[in-house]
Order: sequence, then C-alpha cells, then structure tokens
Amino acid sequence: MIWPLRRQPAAIQAVAGLGEIRGRFKVEHADFILDVELHLPGRGISALFGHSGSGKTSCLRCFAGLDQPSEGYLQVNGELWQDSDQGIFVPAHKRSVGYVFQDANLFAHLSVRRNLEYGHKRIPAAQRRIALEQAVELLGIGHLLERLPGNLSGGERQRVGIARALLTTPRLLLMDEPLASLDLKRKLEVLPYLERLHQELDIPILYVSHSPDEVARLADHLVVLEEGRVQASGPLKETLLRSDLPFMFEEDAEAVVDGSVSHYDPDYRLLSIRLSGTDAVLQLTHAPLPAGKPVRVKIKARDVSLSLDQAEGTSLLNLLPARVEHWLALDNQAQMLVDLRVGDERMIARITRYSFDRLGIHAQQALWVQVKSVSLLASD
Amino acid sequence: MPLTQADFDAVLLTLELASLTTVLLLLIGTPIAWWLARTGSWLKRPLGAIVALPLVLPPTVIGFYLLVSMGPHGFIGQLTQSLGLGTLTFTFSGLVIGSVFYSLPFVVQPLQNAFEAIGRAPLEAAATLRANPWDAFFTVVLPLAKPGFLTAAILGFAHTVGEFGVVLMIGGNIPGKTQVASVQIYNHVETMNYAQAHWLAGGMVAFSFIVLLALYSGRSNKRVWQ
Repeated sequence: MIWPLRRQPAAIQAVAGLGEIRGRFKVEHADFILDVELHLPGRGISALFGHSGSGKTSCLRCFAGLDQPSEGYLQVNGELWQDSDQGIFVPAHKRSVGYVFQDANLFAHLSVRRNLEYGHKRIPAAQRRIALEQAVELLGIGHLLERLPGNLSGGERQRVGIARALLTTPRLLLMDEPLASLDLKRKLEVLPYLERLHQELDIPILYVSHSPDEVARLADHLVVLEEGRVQASGPLKETLLRSDLPFMFEEDAEAVVDGSVSHYDPDYRLLSIRLSGTDAVLQLTHAPLPAGKPVRVKIKARDVSLSLDQAEGTSLLNLLPARVEHWLALDNQAQMLVDLRVGDERMIARITRYSFDRLGIHAQQALWVQVKSVSLLASD
Repeated sequence: MPLTQADFDAVLLTLELASLTTVLLLLIGTPIAWWLARTGSWLKRPLGAIVALPLVLPPTVIGFYLLVSMGPHGFIGQLTQSLGLGTLTFTFSGLVIGSVFYSLPFVVQPLQNAFEAIGRAPLEAAATLRANPWDAFFTVVLPLAKPGFLTAAILGFAHTVGEFGVVLMIGGNIPGKTQVASVQIYNHVETMNYAQAHWLAGGMVAFSFIVLLALYSGRSNKRVWQ
C-alpha cells in the first residue's frame, strides 16, 4: 500500500447534492475491470443486480471504502467521501455506512449484545438515532442477546448483522447479498425484516443481489451490472420492463405491479387486488389481508396471454383491459414480448410471433390480458 | 538438601531471564508477525527466513556472532560503549539480547499463524463499525488471537529456559549473573557431581512436561470456546 502523502481533510467536505448518491469507480485487476458511474436516489432501496462476477460486490466495497479504486468519486446525500481528482479518500472507519456482509461477519469472541454495541458506542451519543432496544425489536433478536455468534443459525446471524449495522445510524446502508447464504426457509424468515427496514427507517439502502425475486420484492430503484459495467439504471418497474436488457431475454421476464387489497372472500379464500388508475382487479387465492393494504405482485411474462375480446366461460380469474405500448421479437424470432399498460401499471406478455401476427397487434390497440398466475411479493 | 544456594540462584536467574525475554519478544514479535501476516511485499519471504534462522542454526553459531558484534570491536559493542554502557558480553543484558534472537521464531511464527487465520474479514467489519485500525487491533485482533499469544508466550518462555549454547558463548558462567540452570547442570557433570545434576535435570524435565501439557490442553480447549 502506498502511504498517502496528502493529508486527509480533518472534516468530511460538504457538497451540493442532498437527496442523491453519485458514485464513479474505476477498479482494474488483472482479470477484471469495474468501470461504473451511478446516480441513485438518496432514499429507498436501490438494488445492484447482476450475475456473479458482474462487479456488484466490488462496487459495494468502493462505497464502503474497503477498496480504494484507482479513480473514483463518491458523494452521499451531500457528503463527499471520495474524489481522486482532489486526492480525497475518506477511510472506511470515517464513513457513515452500515455494511451487512454476505456471511454476517460477526465478531466470534463477542456476545450478540457486545456485537451490537461495538458500532453503537463508537459514534457520538448525539448522532445515535436508533436505540439498541429499537434495533433489537425491529429485527426480532431480543432472545439472542447473550448468545455467542457460533451458536446462532444463519438467519439469526444475518439479522444480528443487520441490527449491528443499523446501530451506527448510517447515512447509507450497504447490503451484500444478505440472503444468499440462507436456504429458502431462512430467506422467508429474514425478508419481512428487510421490508420493515424500508418502511420504518429513512436510511437509503444499496442492496446487492443476483436474485430477481429479491430485487422485485424489495427494490425501488434498479441498477443492472454486467461485466463491470452498468447496463441499465432507473426506477424498478421501468427498468424491469426495459426490453433491451440481457436478463429480459431469458425465461424469467416479468413485471412488478403495485395495488391495494380491495376485497377478501373467505369462502373461496379469494383475495382481490385493485390496480392503481383502473377498476380492474387481480384475484388470487391467499390468506386474508385487510382491505386497503398496499401490496406488490409479480407477473411473469409467460403467464400473460392476450385476447381481442372478453372471453366468456374460462377458468381464468384474471381478465384485464389493457393497451399495447410496444413490442420486441426475442432472439429466436418465434416469440414476442409485448409491453402493455393496465391502468397506471405496466405488464409484459410473452406470446408466439404467430399469435402476434394473427391478432394483428399494433400500437395503442385495446385488448384483454389473461393472467394465469400472480404471486404476491410484499405482504406485511 | 537436594539443591545448593548456587542451584537456587541459577533457577531464579533462568526464570528471570525467560520472563523478561518473553515480555520483550511479545512486544517485538507482534509487529513483526503482523507485518509478515499482512504484507504483500517481496521482503516477506527473506524476512520470514531470517526470523526462522535460529530454528536451524546451531546455538553456538548465533552465540558466536552475538559475541563478536557485542564485543568491544563489534557494531553493537561500539554503540553501547559510545552510550557509556560498556560492552554487553558476559552480562545479564547480553543474555537477554541473545535470548530474544534465539527464541524469536518461537514467538513470531505462532502469532503470524494466528493473524493469518483471522484474515481480513473481522477487520473490515470493525472498520465499517467506525473502529480505526488501532482500535480494531486491540478490540478484535488481540482477543481473536488469544490462543496464538498463549502459544507464543509458552514456547518463547520454555525455549529460553532450555537455552545453553548461546548463554555459554556470550554469557559465560558467572554465578548470580549469567549462570543459568542449564549451565549449572553442565558444571555439576563437569565436577562429577551427578546427584546434584539429577535434581536440576529432573526438575527441568518435569517443568518442560508441564509446559507442553498446558500447551496441548490449551489447544484442544480452543475448539470449545470458538
């Protein structure tokens, strides 16, 4: 390591840019180059999505200051953390970040309570906005406080790791695939806590994941990384629907739709969800939820088919009026992705090119979408 | 009486020498081991080899070079003379310096292994929790490396207790000053005083056995509390 000749400024420099996060990093290794420029909202959950080796974790480490990119610039809600042009690099321990490691990375020699206190007591009392009890309650770890990390399950360790990071009252919470090391059951155990973080705390989160399901369920903003470069960046729903993205060409093209519970029929166990900007409802069998509750559903493109008229006598529950926006042929030239608007929401249908031509699909055409399967993402 | 006054003095001097050497070695060995465990420098291998030299060299070779360099014409001797300290050969201080060189690998290597086993991850966690590097070293590395420190201290102490060749080369055989237990055994054998030699030699066998027993028990316990 080269010792920096220039002295670090005593205080972190304030710059314009409240409400946004701007980062530019260039890291060059022998077999890998990360070269990204990110412009993220200063609140909510931004997902860094990509396959393994796409540079997600490298990028996150640059945000935390754990790696020092040869060229870089980073400002978080008006605080300048790095500017290689000015020779500024705020070291990791002086950045107000919380970092949740993929494997929790708890201190093996300290009890859960002392792990939680470690960061908490290292920030000035006046800056502590999250109390120990609050974090403990939020993550549901009150019964674990006196245990050693070695005696915790993977899901418990991850929740402790999240609470520990939160207790430094970070200005930015970085999460490196916090669910990747967990099996499905543990994932389902931790996910609701992540959603609570989002709803109850006003801390921007940068969330690294290679799971489309996690991203769709949690994120507000999506950044797609591929081989160390940004492929796309934007609000979640728009970005998921952008049909020029590599992952869209795969089997799992999907749309995420927001709505609210309008009705529950206990006899058929049928939940009705009203989509915003339309009277159309989606129905699915589900446990009861209170009316008015906001929910998010995921609809896979292959589960959506199109019809010119309102088909009668079908077992399909969900038949919604829609309007064609645009379309795209898939690589195999046999199938098409059709981008549709239903009320204020957008959906995507995958149909054969034969059907596309037979239905004579054109822009702004009014038709009906039939949705075979809907899955509820957020429900708490 | 199985032990004479001279024997007692020799045992006491040995314990004093070993304790002081161990404390100094922990202070000197920790930064060396930390550097060896963390660096990517090309100097790592040559320096590691130098630290390990006493493992393979005959103690007389180390003793010989120390004798020459601490003598009136050696570079250490010149330095200590210019500071008004005289020469360190045939003094207790000289023995301490010799022991530090002689036992260095026994302290550095367990510490280096412990530091390498800890890895970067806990330090990175500490950094993201606002601990500066010194803070992280004392609150995370030291507690996690505790078994390594215990092993290093025991090996350093025991190895210094067992030293003979270096002592004889640079310290001689001065009662109360440089006459340690191992040298005293040699004296007894030289004067055909086998009964006295037995008492001291037997004592050292028992001591070494207890030390190694403590070391191995400590190792198996490690797994339990990790």
